[in-house]
Amino acid sequence: MADHSWTIAATRFGYGLKPSAARNGSPQAWLKRQIEDYHPRPRALVGLPSSGLIAREFGAFRRLRNDDQDTKRAARRALRSHLRDAIGARIELAVHTSSPFTERLVHFWANHFAISTEKPGAGPLAGSFEAEVIRPHLFGRFSDMLRTAETHPAMLIYLDQAQSIGPNSRRGQAAAQRGRRRAGLNENLAREILELHTLGVRSGYTQSDVTEFAKALTGHTVPVLRRGRYAAGRDDGNRTYAFTPPLHEPGPKTVLGTTYREDGAREAMRIFDDLAAHPATAKHIATKLARHFSSDDPPPALVNRLERSFLENGGDLGAVTLSLIEAPEVWQTQRQKFLSPWEWSIASLRAIEMDRFEPMQVRRMMINLGQDLWKPGSPAGFDDKASTWAAPEALHRRVEAAQTIGRRGSRRDARALAPLIYAGVWSETSATAVARAESPAQAMALMLASPEAMWR
Amino acid sequence: MIINRRNMLGGSAAVIGASMLPRVAFAAGGIGSKRMVFVLQRGAADGLGIIAPVGDPNYAGLRGTLAEDYADAPLIGGLFALHPALERSAAMFASGEMMAVHAVASTYRDRSHFDGQNVLESGGTRPYERKDGWLNRLVGMLPDVRASGIAIAQNIPLALQGAHKAGSYAPSRLPDADDDYMRRVGQLYMGDERLHMLWEESLATRAMAEGMDGSGNMRQAADVGALAARMLTGEDGARVAMIETTGWDTHNGQRQRLGRELRNLDTLIDALKAGMGDLWSDTLVIVATEFGRTASINGTNGTDHGTGSATLLYGGSLAGGKVLGDWPGLRQSDLYQARDLKPTSALEDVITSTCAGHFALDPELTRETLFPGR
Repeated sequence: MADHSWTIAATRFGYGLKPSAARNGSPQAWLKRQIEDYHPRPRALVGLPSSGLIAREFGAFRRLRNDDQDTKRAARRALRSHLRDAIGARIELAVHTSSPFTERLVHFWANHFAISTEKPGAGPLAGSFEAEVIRPHLFGRFSDMLRTAETHPAMLIYLDQAQSIGPNSRRGQAAAQRGRRRAGLNENLAREILELHTLGVRSGYTQSDVTEFAKALTGHTVPVLRRGRYAAGRDDGNRTYAFTPPLHEPGPKTVLGTTYREDGAREAMRIFDDLAAHPATAKHIATKLARHFSSDDPPPALVNRLERSFLENGGDLGAVTLSLIEAPEVWQTQRQKFLSPWEWSIASLRAIEMDRFEPMQVRRMMINLGQDLWKPGSPAGFDDKASTWAAPEALHRRVEAAQTIGRRGSRRDARALAPLIYAGVWSETSATAVARAESPAQAMALMLASPEAMWR
Repeated sequence: MIINRRNMLGGSAAVIGASMLPRVAFAAGGIGSKRMVFVLQRGAADGLGIIAPVGDPNYAGLRGTLAEDYADAPLIGGLFALHPALERSAAMFASGEMMAVHAVASTYRDRSHFDGQNVLESGGTRPYERKDGWLNRLVGMLPDVRASGIAIAQNIPLALQGAHKAGSYAPSRLPDADDDYMRRVGQLYMGDERLHMLWEESLATRAMAEGMDGSGNMRQAADVGALAARMLTGEDGARVAMIETTGWDTHNGQRQRLGRELRNLDTLIDALKAGMGDLWSDTLVIVATEFGRTASINGTNGTDHGTGSATLLYGGSLAGGKVLGDWPGLRQSDLYQARDLKPTSALEDVITSTCAGHFALDPELTRETLFPGR
């Protein structure tokens, strides 16, 4: 039992135990210790630029004239390097961390509030989003994470909020007088907040709720990106996020039956808080957490437990996380979650304990395996079901990648390693296959390709 | 050539070097031009399947269907025949550029790939006794101070690890995962219904896309041979190269699998020879494995881990065209532990004498350096 639950703690809650890691106390205590010792600003991320800095760079890049191609190219390169640095730091942190559970939670929430590097502007900001939105609120209130997420420049750019203008705002009126049709409301962020970040799809909200919510959101923008009168400097040039009153749609808005009186920037905050406290949100979050930590079709008892915890504790994510650790359902022995390419790559690198590696090479491998970092293809984030990742060609590529990693890890003896990493679940079939391998490199490859390494 | 049961090696390893690599042959280009390639067959290659003792009265009975590959194979020297997949090797055998030593094994006697390869590569007397490899120590013995070793691999294998200069090089494009590994993965997934299904499906799709002729692997083998030649003929002082081959662990379906690996090996050596050009006459190639396989065919048309195997030697100035070794016979009482080809020559001796002869090194010093404690 003890061995087995350590493996669950390590693989289901973390990214696999490094073979050299000590096992003190119970697995539950190990997870709780990670929460207690949690540091929202890990040293590996300290040197990375803030969203303010990056957004200003992006704003300056957009204002560059097209005839200066050399400057433009250099600026584009600099912006791209922010994404590369952030990806490298995220991979290194995940591989080397001694608190893989809290890292996994960071990645879970970052995927819940998914942004995508596909959108110009959002890419360079992706790392700062995770550092400024997710990490500080990991064990705080969901409503705080929600407020910060929806007003972060990465999200404002990704879901088009940065361009949204209230039709009756000062700016909207001025544009209408000049006969410009493009200035107007953009509902994208409002809709995705309701559908993906809070209530969940088909939870009862209407098109009118979306439109009204979008009106309330107007004014929340990225001033450094705007040209002309509302550009940086006019509002608050040092902050990337700033509410810009001339863009805000005036008047009361009614969302989900509640009427919010005209209150500028605070309107959206009130709606965020009400959405965070809504029972549908609790159910939505509970279902996603349960799915991530138990199985693709999570047991209703677990969903209920997490939902209750979320509601009773006012969306305190620390309390919800503790409920998760203490739920018997997440400790059930059957391993039903198929590792995503990200999870498998990180776990494999941890297994061979490679001190030094080239993060961009790891990223290329992940892309080849079907998952690029912060590029989920839709605002819904990466899917959290086996049916998405467990496909024939994907498995084949993973098996090939196992061979590549196996070669790098061939100085270690997979025969001794596997029973440690997969304590209590390492099967006779896999043990035999590894023992009969024709070389240490092949043994390591087989270990990393084994069913034990594919499921958590 | 006359093969007798007890007179081929004369019992002394030094004789091998003296007899097959006459010293006069080394004068030609001086020491600096000598090159050596070590091809490791990881997975225990079946010596009895590579150079079959078809003239031994017990051979056909032990090998069953495995012997059918040799139905039309021409005899070399009355007792043996080369596997028909070794087409270009056979031509080199005929022109004296290839030879073999049969019934060879290292000092290691248990049947673990890991431990066996560790002993063979490190040159120790026990597994995990040493941290460096004999090939690296050989680099240290070469008079040219710029001499270095190169592995055609992503990482430096143990045989080439150590204090002396060695590197590794592999094409940046990763080679296709080899068939043997893929087959093992298939076995690994037998107990996991979902992975098994996905795996079978992916294999079917790939097979359709690529064709099943194995031409991809052959191209790869030729690339590796040509690459090794480029590294050895370059300016950077690589005098010793190591190439790893896999897929020799033929527990089942041996006829098809061994044939394929031997065709790859044949292609690799041929490409190496072509790439070496004039330097081929200064080149020695040793092809060896960690141990052999059972004398008898098993229940799945393969063979299991054994002891004695065969070592192949190639080179432009080799006085080859013969099969050396003290043939132990294949009667039940001749076999090691009543199951394996009994080793009558030590692989360490074969390596010591051929290397000492090739590089004109003192045989005793060579033995003490490469295989201390023997």
